[in-house]
Amino acid sequence: MPSLGADMDSGTLVEWSVAPGDRVHRGDLVAAVETEKSVIDVECFEDGVVERLLVPVGTTVPVGTPLAVIAADVAAVPAVPAVPAVPAVPAAPAVPTAPAVEELPADAGVVEAVPVPAGASTYPRATPPVRQFAKRHGLDVADLPGSGHDGTVTRADVLAALAQEPPEPPEPPEAPEPPEAPGPPGPGATAPRPRITPYARRLAAERGAAIEDLQPGRDGVVRARDVPAAPPAGPPPVPSSPVAASARPARVAADGMRAAIAARMTRSLREIPQYHVDAVLELGAALDHLRERNRSAPVSERIVPAALLLHAVAQAARRVPELNGHWVEGTAVRAASVDLGVVVSLREGGLLVPTIPAADTLALPDLMRALRDVVTRARAGRLRSSDAADASITVTDLGETGGHTVHGRIFPPQVALVGLGAVVRRPWADGDLLGVRPTVTATLTGDHRATDGVVGGRFLHVIDDVLHDPEEWS
Amino acid sequence: MSADVDADVDADVDATGTIGPVRTTYREALREALREALREDERVFLMGEDVGRYGGCFAVSLGLLEEFGPERVRDTPLSESAFVGAGIGAALGGRRPIVEIMTVNFSLLALDQILNNAATLSHMSGGQLAVPLVIRMTTGAGRQLAAQHSHSLEGWYAHIPGLRVVAPATVSDARGMLAPALASPDPVLLFEHAGLYASEGEADGGPVALDGAAVRRAGTDVSIVTYGGMLPTSLAAAERLAAEGTSAEVVDLRSLRPLDEDTVLASVARTHRLVVVDEGWRSGSLAAEVAARVAEQAFYDLDAPPERVCSAEVPVPYAAHLERATLPAVDDVVAAVRRTVG
Amino acid sequence: MTATVETRLALLRAMVRIRRFEERCVELYSTERIRGFMHLCIGEEAVAVGVLGALDAGDAVVSTYREHGHALARGVPMSSVLAEMFGRVTGCSRGRGGSMHLFDAGRRFYGGNAIVGGGLPVAVGLALADALAGRPAVTACLFGDGAVAEGEFHECLNLAALWRLPVVFCCENNRYAMGTALEREHAQTDLALRAAAYGMPAWAVDGMDVQAVAAAAERAVTAVRAGGGPCFLELRTYRFRAHSMYDPDRYRDRAEVTRWKEQDPVDRWRDLLLADGDLDEAGWTRLVAEVDEEIDQAVTLAEAAPVEPVEDLTRFVYAEQSGVSS
Repeated sequence: MPSLGADMDSGTLVEWSVAPGDRVHRGDLVAAVETEKSVIDVECFEDGVVERLLVPVGTTVPVGTPLAVIAADVAAVPAVPAVPAVPAVPAAPAVPTAPAVEELPADAGVVEAVPVPAGASTYPRATPPVRQFAKRHGLDVADLPGSGHDGTVTRADVLAALAQEPPEPPEPPEAPEPPEAPGPPGPGATAPRPRITPYARRLAAERGAAIEDLQPGRDGVVRARDVPAAPPAGPPPVPSSPVAASARPARVAADGMRAAIAARMTRSLREIPQYHVDAVLELGAALDHLRERNRSAPVSERIVPAALLLHAVAQAARRVPELNGHWVEGTAVRAASVDLGVVVSLREGGLLVPTIPAADTLALPDLMRALRDVVTRARAGRLRSSDAADASITVTDLGETGGHTVHGRIFPPQVALVGLGAVVRRPWADGDLLGVRPTVTATLTGDHRATDGVVGGRFLHVIDDVLHDPEEWS
Repeated sequence: MSADVDADVDADVDATGTIGPVRTTYREALREALREALREDERVFLMGEDVGRYGGCFAVSLGLLEEFGPERVRDTPLSESAFVGAGIGAALGGRRPIVEIMTVNFSLLALDQILNNAATLSHMSGGQLAVPLVIRMTTGAGRQLAAQHSHSLEGWYAHIPGLRVVAPATVSDARGMLAPALASPDPVLLFEHAGLYASEGEADGGPVALDGAAVRRAGTDVSIVTYGGMLPTSLAAAERLAAEGTSAEVVDLRSLRPLDEDTVLASVARTHRLVVVDEGWRSGSLAAEVAARVAEQAFYDLDAPPERVCSAEVPVPYAAHLERATLPAVDDVVAAVRRTVG
Repeated sequence: MTATVETRLALLRAMVRIRRFEERCVELYSTERIRGFMHLCIGEEAVAVGVLGALDAGDAVVSTYREHGHALARGVPMSSVLAEMFGRVTGCSRGRGGSMHLFDAGRRFYGGNAIVGGGLPVAVGLALADALAGRPAVTACLFGDGAVAEGEFHECLNLAALWRLPVVFCCENNRYAMGTALEREHAQTDLALRAAAYGMPAWAVDGMDVQAVAAAAERAVTAVRAGGGPCFLELRTYRFRAHSMYDPDRYRDRAEVTRWKEQDPVDRWRDLLLADGDLDEAGWTRLVAEVDEEIDQAVTLAEAAPVEPVEDLTRFVYAEQSGVSS
């Protein structure tokens, strides 16, 4: 079926002007096709003999479907399956264009039919805050009658349902609600969401003020001037600057975060065949060197071992680019730079993974600063949008917990994750001599679709090299 | 791209200020810029309706025909599409044409040429062609000229990738924007507000970059973002607000495409409140664009919803009291600021 | 006019190049290798070859969306024209224009304009630039009979005549503005008469006769270059195929198409050369084979060519040196 215009997806064959056995020439009109515009003659671009007509009159087929076989001579003709004479069914297995796919019979074997969930149109209507509100109290808006416009489930409907049945046990106290989502009111309470400007909300969060405690101005809106100045003991306020202006609070309610981790890790386990390679790295010389370096530096510029390990990982990612990238549609795609995801566990539970972009280009002191900054911001719930850039490889360091070995899971679509355990002192053979040395166990988890274990081993080897060569730390 | 606060604050708009040594009018500054361009580059020529013998509809080009002759100061027939398109062709052919369209209202007769040729040729030819053309036109209301001579349509042009759109609001900008516009390899539309031609100020004579906004008055409580003919209105409002204790910063966009977001965002980061003053209609306007960008990029800096002060959504009427009611006035700006300051 | 054998053969070859190229485009479009709107000039080859052949390298050309033939006759490489239609970065507009927007600044080919009448003001301006710079160049402005109904036609003929600008207005009258016949669109269907009303020499030419077109274009270009102001040529021709790739053809009957095909400009000229002994059958076969070989190579090159990286999408919205990001 030729393309007869920019807007044509398919056509209906309405007439054959040739039959098998007829001799045709380039430029002959061999058939007529009906499009949405009109009936148009189909011309042929070959000389030869019509071997077989593949599309019966009355059949609609997508553009690109073979209509007939023309043999240059009486030589062998490639077998092309004929299209069954079912009018108006665009069935062309060889040319699965989008509109055709949806209507393929289930047994066509080309595309698995994706069932559309029945009753999709009855998806309960509720605004996201109400949906969240209901969820926090263990209710699903789908189960609630809606009294709002067009059956929309309102906050009042949720409260009414809560009044009828005892509410779910409250959230554990160690997971307090973030300030921008005020705590759930008790049954029957109808505290309205406070009206507060975005800037005042930001200031309140920065100064640790609870929004419900703030007194609004005479128009009922809490503005910046209604937020008390930060108490001296509180965290330092972030200066209002153009950079801060682009910051987006990234606090996630604990249950939402748990759900996100669950989804990501389940997907990781389901989709990625993972392999692990461990290496115990000796850190004696490296830590001595670091200590020496820190001795001459002011406190604010001292470098912790974790930053050094991160630096070594970033360099390894640059030198073993097979592990620095993503698995996209069946192909390993190397990333242009080493954007290092850093797993930060939160004190109240859960974790965030901010990104340090182009970590391989940072000198060790800069990387130290970047690490300290993202960890501080993550724990304060104030990650910036730049922190949320896609990482090309991720590091999880469980050294603080005392765990020796971390066999972590890859964050899809990345293809590798580096786990670092605690720095522990162990017996260590150096040649034929035995000594006690600080060591760390580094584990490389790799996506076996993208790389093999030998690449993971090479990666760990590079980490070891970097750690043993202080000149590379810069 | 950053605003030069010190140099530009209160520079030259206030018509009631003291008389300085090189005081001139907006009209004379434009004429001086044209004269300089014609004198310094033989590729430059001016064409448009009545730019020659008549001396320009708004007397901007008065005397230039006598000085430069009819080859370089060309009166055209009333054929906007033909002479704007001829400007495009002449730019392609290596000249540096300045095309004057009497008012933005008549530019619609040449819209096809401006959009489908001037704005697209560079990209559509894969970078082979450049259209170094300057189109000057008058915009704005305030003289009881009714609906076909009073509209502010520069926001429409600012919608179009491939064009650069500037709106000089001060005598200095009127004097200093033409040379960079002629030097630009891209088509530049230069909007002159009819209400500004007689305004006086000092022209420092230097070229004015085409893409940087200017802070015309520094302030701490609210950012009034405006351009063109609404700058004097905004400055007057700021003056009145100062008397009641509200410190308003006035940002003159100067370039409508590209927009100098950095200066606007930095101002809002200081003041936390935004009022946009735009003589165009509110719906789908340049004011909407500024407010949207601030909402997108400075949401957490805002301590009040952004306000827009625009023209009433009617064709500009003739009767004086109706026209006054249509256009943004100092009172409207003051009221909007009061709402944001609470 | 006494053309040499070489000249007469060159005219034939140039027309065959366009004809075979357009025919290949049909095939490539049918198999979806070319997309978008595509307007072919099969039947109108004599206009392209006759008019463009009368120009010097320093002259400028402004064309329409039916411009493959004009571009080829101007010397734009076939491979870059085809690569453009394939959407490749090696195309003459880096894949940003397609069939309707072929550009070649080096050959002063100012495009393929898809707005009917949109190119006329640009042509006037190019001629103005040449006149102001004192260059002896002319601008050939090609457009169709449909453009004569646009206001810009009248504005531009007036302006060019008023300022005595070096433009040759070439109206490729193929009798249909898309599907609307000439007599259903124009009160005065003698288009040369309308141009003459603006005070410029204007005459109608048999656009199916390459020799007649070449002679008329030569005469017009010479007069314009001499400083006599613009000229107007009405080139009466016919397109054998649809307006765009395929169309319902409800607006003209097949007998009319058949009648015009009897005047096929390629066949007419070939038969004349055969009759005069300037060409023999073997020479004809060889000529077609050589042209087909060139087309095959252009297709191969276009298919192998890379596309523009998407990261470069916004390049050239503004001139690169201006540093404006859109």
